[in-house]
Amino acid sequence: MDAAVHRHGAESGPLLEILHAVQNELGCVPAEAVAPIADALNLSRAEVHGVVSFYHHFRAAAPGHYLVQLCRAEACQSMNSRATEARAKELLGVDFGATTPDGRVTLEAVYCLGNCACAPSIMVNGDLHGRVTPERFAELAAEWGPRS
Amino acid sequence: MSACVTVYVPADAGALSLGADRVAGALSAGALSRGRNVELIRNGSRGLYWLEPLIEVVTPAGRVAYGPVSAADVPRLLDAGLLDGAPHALRLGDIESLDWLRSQQRLTGARLGIVNPASIDDYIAHGGYVGLSIALALPPLEVVKIITESGLRGRGGAAFPTGIKWQTVHDQRAAQKYIACNADEGDSGTFSDRMLMEGDPFSLIEGMTIAARAVGANRGYIYLRVEYPHAARALARALAAARERGYLGENIAGSGFGFDISVRLGAGAYICGEETSMLESLEGRRGEVRVRPPLPAIKGLFGQPTVVNNVVTLATVPVVLAKGARFYQEFGVGRSRGTIPLQLAGNVKRGGLIERAFGLTVNQLVYDYGGGSATGRPVRAVQIGGPLGAYLPESEFDTPLEYEALAAKSALLGHGGVVVFDDSVDMAQMARYALEFCALESCGKCTPCRIGSTRGVELVDRILVNNGSRAADLELLDELCDTMFNGSLCGLGGMTPFPVRSAMKHFRNDFERKGDIPS
Repeated sequence: MDAAVHRHGAESGPLLEILHAVQNELGCVPAEAVAPIADALNLSRAEVHGVVSFYHHFRAAAPGHYLVQLCRAEACQSMNSRATEARAKELLGVDFGATTPDGRVTLEAVYCLGNCACAPSIMVNGDLHGRVTPERFAELAAEWGPRS
Repeated sequence: MSACVTVYVPADAGALSLGADRVAGALSAGALSRGRNVELIRNGSRGLYWLEPLIEVVTPAGRVAYGPVSAADVPRLLDAGLLDGAPHALRLGDIESLDWLRSQQRLTGARLGIVNPASIDDYIAHGGYVGLSIALALPPLEVVKIITESGLRGRGGAAFPTGIKWQTVHDQRAAQKYIACNADEGDSGTFSDRMLMEGDPFSLIEGMTIAARAVGANRGYIYLRVEYPHAARALARALAAARERGYLGENIAGSGFGFDISVRLGAGAYICGEETSMLESLEGRRGEVRVRPPLPAIKGLFGQPTVVNNVVTLATVPVVLAKGARFYQEFGVGRSRGTIPLQLAGNVKRGGLIERAFGLTVNQLVYDYGGGSATGRPVRAVQIGGPLGAYLPESEFDTPLEYEALAAKSALLGHGGVVVFDDSVDMAQMARYALEFCALESCGKCTPCRIGSTRGVELVDRILVNNGSRAADLELLDELCDTMFNGSLCGLGGMTPFPVRSAMKHFRNDFERKGDIPS
């Protein structure tokens, strides 16, 4: 936390940069991080919490080992991403925003990964996958999905 | 070892999503085991996504393309003589002779897929930094004038004349001015910003530098969405190279003019593509929209005069400077001058980047370029301009893709994304999704957007269940759209009615056919 504040504190409008640095390190922005960041930037805790909670990207708890982000936007829907979505939820046994009980996989909804000519798309730990039909999802999940 | 053969394998995120890294790995390993010496260049994509991963081998006769190539194809391709450009079922020959590409007019995307995006020398060898050297030799006001005369309008969606915006910032007296590049490309169906940042990042850097020179700014920010990690890496590499070579920093190209650029990551908020909320976010706050006036050009980032332009707009600036205002404005129709990188996406056979002078019709785009739907079913609708764009039925596919013609149809071009849907689409669900998305992404500052979107989702649900009030509910939904359109502070709430109303207007049956189905 201190390192992040130290590294970005001198920049103009550094709060988002600091939050990114904290989440990159810890996998999330824990509630305990709010007070020290607020102190360091001379902001109120409410202001910092307000920013953390505004942005979908910042999460309060670290995700599983694999963060699976599934695109729900129109271009993906046009290629029946709703079927992929259903298969993903069935296979992982969790809804959007949840982590499998074994802590391996977190499923998240995202809105456009910029891969709209190769829809439907998912991103797994930053790796983009295109044309992810339900069958393709199952193939990919064989690598990182829950162990039965 | 034999002579070294150069092979281009795209590292564009879209190509990677279809296995380009595995292809590159298979090529390196396969060449090594066959005693062949290969230099791999990781280029951007040329934008023919149905052929990705599309690799190109440099032969004495020019670049020979193969695609779509999977890692499993590579051993057989190598055995067939890939490295000599030999025949194979996947051989496409000179990719630029393909009608799909040859018919395009690539100005902004001229270098996409051709250059090595990691090499500033390659950029310069392909005409890069000609525009900046011209700009540095002119008085700043002359540069603004060239942009104004070119007719270039903001490609992010608002289509505001770029030169007029620059003029406003130029005319402000301030100790500090900024160039803020909006790289928060959140519209579904759009990816031209991403392609440019990954495939030709120096064009954006050069464009921002020219803008800075024109208006008297010395600091630039690229506000990049966090969903684009590949673009972030490409930009970081290019910015470092530009700095090292004196194209950014205190004394650019020995001119005495100083300018530098930082990348700031967004955090997954669609609203931050709206320019004032982007500025809030850049300042480290919640991305809530600001009330205008004052305009960002007068009071923008940190209260200072700021040019806010989209990636495509800024990446177009170098070619306008290099070739002149007249050259650029000779492309296009009416008040839509120049070229537009259209992005053809969704349920379409041949999707990708189509840069043409304004005026192409939806029919030409969807059928001539796209080849119809990917599923082979009849095309039923397109959505133009992202989640806030209208749906057009096939009966209106003769509409030209330019600002004024679309506005006349209560539609908009936005950032140039066109998403194709086949006849399996349920347009009532798409209208519901538009409202759901608005509710999810609303910054909450104004009531029509924050509350109206949620009430809209409930209304569509009630319409679909049909408990007897359907006719009244449809009317109410239309009234709600009216309130959102007229009463919202920014385009999110104000334009969500476009997809909703166009769905209701053109696809009324989808709202009415499901009577009596219990929820």
